[in-house]
Amino acid sequence: MARFLIRRILQGIVVLWLITVAVFGLFFVVPNDVARTLAGRQATPETIALIQHRLGLDQPVWKQYLDFVWRALHGDLGYDYYHQVPVTHIIAQALPITLSLAIGASIIWLVLGVFNGVLSATHPRSLEDRGLTAFSLFFYSMPPFLLGILLLYVFYYQLTLRGVTWFPAGGYVPFAQDPTAWFQHMVLPWITLALLLAATYTRLTRASMLDVLGEDYIRTARSKGITERRVIYRHGLRAALTPVVTQFGIDLGQLVGGAVVTETVFSLPGLGNTAVDAITRQDLPVIIGIVLVASAAVVIANIVVDVAYAALDPRVRLH
Amino acid sequence: MNAQPVATVTASAASAKPIEGRGTWALAWSRLRRDKVAMISLVVILLIVVVAIAAPLVAHVTGHPPNEQYRDIGLSPEGLPRAPNSTFWLGTDDLGRDILVRIAYGARVSLLVGVVATGLTVVVGVLVGLAAGYVGGWLDTVLARVVDVVLSVPFLLVAIALVSVTGPSMTVTVLVIGFFSWASVARIVRGQVLSIREREYVEAARSLGAGSVRIMFVDVLPNVLAPVIVYTTLLVPVVIVTQATLSFLGLGLPPPTADWGGMISSAQNYYTTAWWFVVFPGAALLITTLAFNLFGDGVRDAFDPRLEQQLRR
Repeated sequence: MARFLIRRILQGIVVLWLITVAVFGLFFVVPNDVARTLAGRQATPETIALIQHRLGLDQPVWKQYLDFVWRALHGDLGYDYYHQVPVTHIIAQALPITLSLAIGASIIWLVLGVFNGVLSATHPRSLEDRGLTAFSLFFYSMPPFLLGILLLYVFYYQLTLRGVTWFPAGGYVPFAQDPTAWFQHMVLPWITLALLLAATYTRLTRASMLDVLGEDYIRTARSKGITERRVIYRHGLRAALTPVVTQFGIDLGQLVGGAVVTETVFSLPGLGNTAVDAITRQDLPVIIGIVLVASAAVVIANIVVDVAYAALDPRVRLH
Repeated sequence: MNAQPVATVTASAASAKPIEGRGTWALAWSRLRRDKVAMISLVVILLIVVVAIAAPLVAHVTGHPPNEQYRDIGLSPEGLPRAPNSTFWLGTDDLGRDILVRIAYGARVSLLVGVVATGLTVVVGVLVGLAAGYVGGWLDTVLARVVDVVLSVPFLLVAIALVSVTGPSMTVTVLVIGFFSWASVARIVRGQVLSIREREYVEAARSLGAGSVRIMFVDVLPNVLAPVIVYTTLLVPVVIVTQATLSFLGLGLPPPTADWGGMISSAQNYYTTAWWFVVFPGAALLITTLAFNLFGDGVRDAFDPRLEQQLRR
């Protein structure tokens, strides 16, 4: 197990290193005129050269890369071009917002997805099953930004028109500052993400549960005279959850950099939104920093999932 | 005692049509044809294709070119979009343009990007997967790491960054989507190839003197196509949504080109005053992705009827 873990972690480090090469290459090979933008329209070539020198942009790309890696290994991701704020500081401010979004939404989609999946699988081809399948496919096909706008229309605009001001139009209030306001600002983003992802989980749980319920040991459990409820939840669901847990790990990892649209629609200043801002301003250190953190989240989530899998199923370790 | 029923069966079989061996494709098609939902979805998809092709006709019938701004009759005195009426059947947008005509033209973008980017993804993914699975060794190791990297990168962030650097265009959108999607296809194909290359018929081909390239494309490839086709049909709606998402974030096609994501993006500021501006392009997008997903589900069931049979048990 320890060897498996070490091998996976080393592989993860290689992947992260390759990502830094790829991202760095992409952004630094393409000519950028951020120094010109910073210097303003009236700037002399000397001013631009000075700014380029200060940002280290006059160095050869390979040297900039080595400097970047060296500093990154020391926990320093550089400074943003515009206000000289440390990138780590910007990420530290945005990350809790993205995490509030991801964790809150994940609770809703897990409960909704697994519960609906079990209901579907235990009543195959019934009205409930067909209804739930249609329901999940509907949200599975829904573009995230469209769902966000529709929810805003119904819950913010229509309710506010009727004097119910429970849901704001967007923005973020830290939990420490006002828990109630935090909750109100997070509910619609949570529901948006949760509905989109619950669909996958409903389908996954349904398929996996149907597979498991066909196994011999389920028949054995039933023949022992255990209640159907116990058969389904204790014997069936337990085994059926493995692929769901895997998917959950992967999704959670991807959400760190993947909630861009939800954050944009609801103006949440999380990692995705911060990155989009940085992209429009060509603020390379911030973009690279966020891409790196988001990729690391995916890599770590994958390792955790693999280890959990290997711990559950010894056959995996052989490969 | 037992001989008689056997004889009857033989007799009735002889009088009936001789039993034909049917391949995976014929079987899948016959199953798909009986799937009502899948067939309705296919009809819807074909209708969308017709609308896309006939977009100029829509413009001709309404008399409104897609980029024509009717600032006088298309906007209210306050400068707001007009609700659906007899001139503008689905209303107008923030610049007084006909939403119906723009939806028809937007279908072209969605379908074109959906099909071309998916095609690119599948070709690259299949080639890489075949090479990694069949050749194996160091090539497999290198390709596996590359796949890991591509799947770990936060796709949307890097896609936005790339498009913002290169400038938005249809080619860039297709390339970016293709670049980040081939890895999953490669992974699926590699897994399949690993098991197929050990089969006897591959060995037989090799002992007959067939070269690696011939074995890969003639003996192995046709046998991995079924999962690839299932994945492909389900990938089209994902690509369409991705394209719309890029447009929504302002990185789709340069204006004034009509495309659904871009329309919804500009409608975002008007959702309280002009519902039609969000609802119609949104519905067009949703119906398209839904039709592709329902059809894709049908294709999957047609190739892999295991689950459905289990249910009938």
